[in-house]
Amino acid sequence: MGAEHLFKLFKIRGGVHPEDRKALSAEQAIESLPMPPLLHIPLQQHIGAPAEPLVRRGDMVKKGQMLARSQGAISAPVHAPTSGRIMGVGGYPAHHPSGLLVRTITLQPDGEDAWIDSLDPAAEPFALEPEEIARRVAEAGIVGMGGATFPSAVKLNLRNRYTLHTLVINGAECEPYLTCDDRLMREQPEQVLDGVLLMARALEVKRIIIAIENNKPQAQVAMRQAAEAFSEVSVVGLPTRYPMGSEKHLVQTLIGKETPARGLTADMGVVVHNVATALAVHEALRFGRPLVARVMTVTGGAVRQPKNLLVPLGTPLSHLIDFCGGFTSEPARLVSGGPMMGQPLPSTRVPAVKGSNGLLALTVAENAQAEEMPCIRCASCVQACPCGLVPLEMAAHIRAGGLDNSVKLGLLDCIACGSCSYACPSHIPLVQYFNFAKGELAARQRAQHKQGETKRLAEARSERMEAIKRAKREAMMKRKKEMEAKKKAEAEAQAKSEADTGTKSDARAEADPKPGVEA
Amino acid sequence: MVSAIIIVTLLGVTMGAMLGLASKYLAVEGNPLQAEIEELLPGSQCGQCGYPGCSPAAEAVTNGQAPVTMCPPGGKALAEALASKLGVSVDLSAVEDKAPAVAFIHENLCVGCTKCFKRCPTDAILGGPKMIHAVFADACTGCEKCYDVCPTECIEMREVKPTLQTWYWPEPARAA
Amino acid sequence: MIEEQPVAGPYTHSNNSVRRTMGLVMLALLPATGYSLYLFGWPAIFLFATTTFACLLFEAGSLRLAGKRVRPFLLDGSALLTGWLLAMTLPPWAPWWIGVVGAFLAIVIGKQVFGGIGQNLFNPAMVARVALLISFPLEMTLFNAPAPLFSAQAPGLLDSLAVTFGSSDQFDAISSATTLGHLKTELGRGVSLDAASSGIESLWQLTLGQASGSLGETSALLLLLGGLFLLYKRIISWHIPLSMLGTLALLSTIFHLVDAQSYVGPLTHLMSGAAIMGAFFIATDLVTSPVSTRGQLLFGAGVGLLVFAIRTWAGYPEGVAFAVMLMNACTPLIDHYLKPRIYGRDRKGQPLNYAQERGDA
Repeated sequence: MGAEHLFKLFKIRGGVHPEDRKALSAEQAIESLPMPPLLHIPLQQHIGAPAEPLVRRGDMVKKGQMLARSQGAISAPVHAPTSGRIMGVGGYPAHHPSGLLVRTITLQPDGEDAWIDSLDPAAEPFALEPEEIARRVAEAGIVGMGGATFPSAVKLNLRNRYTLHTLVINGAECEPYLTCDDRLMREQPEQVLDGVLLMARALEVKRIIIAIENNKPQAQVAMRQAAEAFSEVSVVGLPTRYPMGSEKHLVQTLIGKETPARGLTADMGVVVHNVATALAVHEALRFGRPLVARVMTVTGGAVRQPKNLLVPLGTPLSHLIDFCGGFTSEPARLVSGGPMMGQPLPSTRVPAVKGSNGLLALTVAENAQAEEMPCIRCASCVQACPCGLVPLEMAAHIRAGGLDNSVKLGLLDCIACGSCSYACPSHIPLVQYFNFAKGELAARQRAQHKQGETKRLAEARSERMEAIKRAKREAMMKRKKEMEAKKKAEAEAQAKSEADTGTKSDARAEADPKPGVEA
Repeated sequence: MVSAIIIVTLLGVTMGAMLGLASKYLAVEGNPLQAEIEELLPGSQCGQCGYPGCSPAAEAVTNGQAPVTMCPPGGKALAEALASKLGVSVDLSAVEDKAPAVAFIHENLCVGCTKCFKRCPTDAILGGPKMIHAVFADACTGCEKCYDVCPTECIEMREVKPTLQTWYWPEPARAA
Repeated sequence: MIEEQPVAGPYTHSNNSVRRTMGLVMLALLPATGYSLYLFGWPAIFLFATTTFACLLFEAGSLRLAGKRVRPFLLDGSALLTGWLLAMTLPPWAPWWIGVVGAFLAIVIGKQVFGGIGQNLFNPAMVARVALLISFPLEMTLFNAPAPLFSAQAPGLLDSLAVTFGSSDQFDAISSATTLGHLKTELGRGVSLDAASSGIESLWQLTLGQASGSLGETSALLLLLGGLFLLYKRIISWHIPLSMLGTLALLSTIFHLVDAQSYVGPLTHLMSGAAIMGAFFIATDLVTSPVSTRGQLLFGAGVGLLVFAIRTWAGYPEGVAFAVMLMNACTPLIDHYLKPRIYGRDRKGQPLNYAQERGDA
């Protein structure tokens, strides 16, 4: 218990202290959500290439059966969250602010919820080779469940390229409202710890730090008790400050080093995984179960009964809201994730996905949107920025169309944590300016790439046209030559016959000495 | 008086000599601006500007014969880039930013006349004589050359819809 | 319920607003202002009211001319605060038109011409103060000794109206030099500091504010309390006040130690004139001061240096307004060169490189 006093923490700059409002759902034990009538399972629930469907309309599938396989190095497969019939593969609104239609498998549960027979639990997971653990994690479709959704197996394989020494488990949960990681650590500390140790085995690291913000004392106690027997594991209390859960800032707090710009924490020998990811790894290795459900916090002032729910992936969010007693009032905003970095959702029609840790239905007062006023250069954003940027100047450049200048000021070092917008007295949507600029830059890069390709194609075409023309001309020349030669030969033949018929032979030789040689 | 004359003369001679040397050693072949501007243009040689290709168009823009807004496929972004390159100010409100579009061939109407794919500057149309043609959307630049020549009007210019990969946040609305 | 266009987060807010910021600054000014108004009586109250009201009028007029919405900008409190600060830099018994002209200079020339709130390069109140000082040196340097409300020497309500809105000739008799003005004149004549100091208020009087001067130049103590309140509320950070007052104190201490007869001591420097007011309320003006902490330290030190230099060697006895404006002019430059270090990069903007570090070691 005294370990946390020995652990030296380092200060990070900036950050804010939003009201955490975790009390709404923190005391609600995790409940299993009843199976909805239909599941909509998007093929892309991770960063990277979408998965390729393996099933067709009408197929019967079992729980845990692979529905779509991963494609490429950075991708993840998708599994059936329950047993039932495939209703089709088609477009369905994405769990995304745009609400665009994305390829989604629709599954009608049969009510049996029967696991597939071929589950392959590892008898002795700690005896497995690191590669094998990573392979099983990849096979189980596990992605970073803190919201980043980066395929976890790729991160477990970082050992091949970096010298690693520490695994950090991110239990900061610094976003207001969210309590799902808190509940997991309180209710299933042994299982979480087992997953953590397995990941450490896969990474071949000797040191494990489980970092939990000090506003979750019960989770800290539970994890400490579970970890007592393992000397390599330290459970560390973090100061409560947003964005403590940002990977780079978490590592800086723990080891005192900043992650290099555009680098990874692995540059310093540290890999960070989320609490929920650890639990998923435990399930995958101990029971062979792929990732088919996750814990989500459904909360916010507009939700009648905030809860922490174990949700089958693909469940429409409306089903979650109904289970929580519906809305008390028309929500001013629906948010996937926490209020600081969460994404707005167009409706509750979208499905729950691997990366969704929370669903917030916020009232007008909570949403706290206000009319934008001009910047008064108060530098609140400069003080709040954990990345040492000058948000007010970046936004001013973007507003004036100077994207390149904003990049020079560090736009690409922005982690979009939202501290600046949160602190801004003028309610300037700084984050949206930065999101827009990043997107616009990416679009310009795509356009430039396309332009380069276009030029290449156009050049190839004109070259080919030239080549065709040249070939035609050459062919024509050749034919012409042949014709001439033929004519000449004919003429000669004629002349010969004429000579034979009595012209002077030396006169003919003088006129054309060559044919004889050529022949 | 005399010294002043001498000094000024000397100054003039030295500077003249330096200018002469500079013109010799720092000389630039051709107009580099034209090459830079050609680099900015789409390069599909579509001819929508009225010039036979991107290179002549670049020459015209460099010499000020064509406005920086002359390239429809380039849109506002290109006009802006050209204006800043040439150091001219331009009213961009008149430039219409056409949403990017690619050609789409309605297969039931296509007679396989090959007119379109002969015209395509980027070889984005696949097919052969008496065979139905198809557009390879990734290579299509939306120049509409095929659209103009199709005898059965089976080509449609379809707007490119954003995907999760290409969607991005819109610019925040300006406060009044 | 959901907009056509998505709005990016965060979907919560610190409840900080421009109006709250301005309101807290005014709250911090309130004790000092109230006390000063009491000290200088009705004429000061009239002048204060005229100046702030004129500022609001000019603000409303400018906003209408510019085609902006008047209500939200007028209600953000910035014009009121500008008027308030300006009034506090004026001689309390100055005629009404000084306040109105000052308001015009501050709001129209100092702020709206630049594009309104947040766009001005110079502190509007200081623009007005400096322009008034140069244009109307007589009216702007005619100070009078405190004459608290309801005291024997205080003019009555009607007389006060005459002071502010009529001709003020009859009150010339009680005019009195400010501490710094007196010291400057005497030192300029070659009188030693000890001799010159005999006729002026004690340090204690300066601290409490029982000295002649403009509203904001009195009661250093109450202003200091207001400043500490702003620090506590995190409206301002400690960097500018500390570096400004620190520089001023340091320089005056050094010079005072070298030649105690020619140079005024640090406590007099800090407690007299507009030093405290300038450090906490003027130099810290959000719009016109640098945004980074290093920039703010430099800015404050610059102001402190200039204040000392102007007070000691230049023609004017008080230099806070000039010093702040000169440093305002440097703010864009400071902001350009002194940026915070970006996370994961060194001061030059290159990504950190641990491998190289190890290699070097």
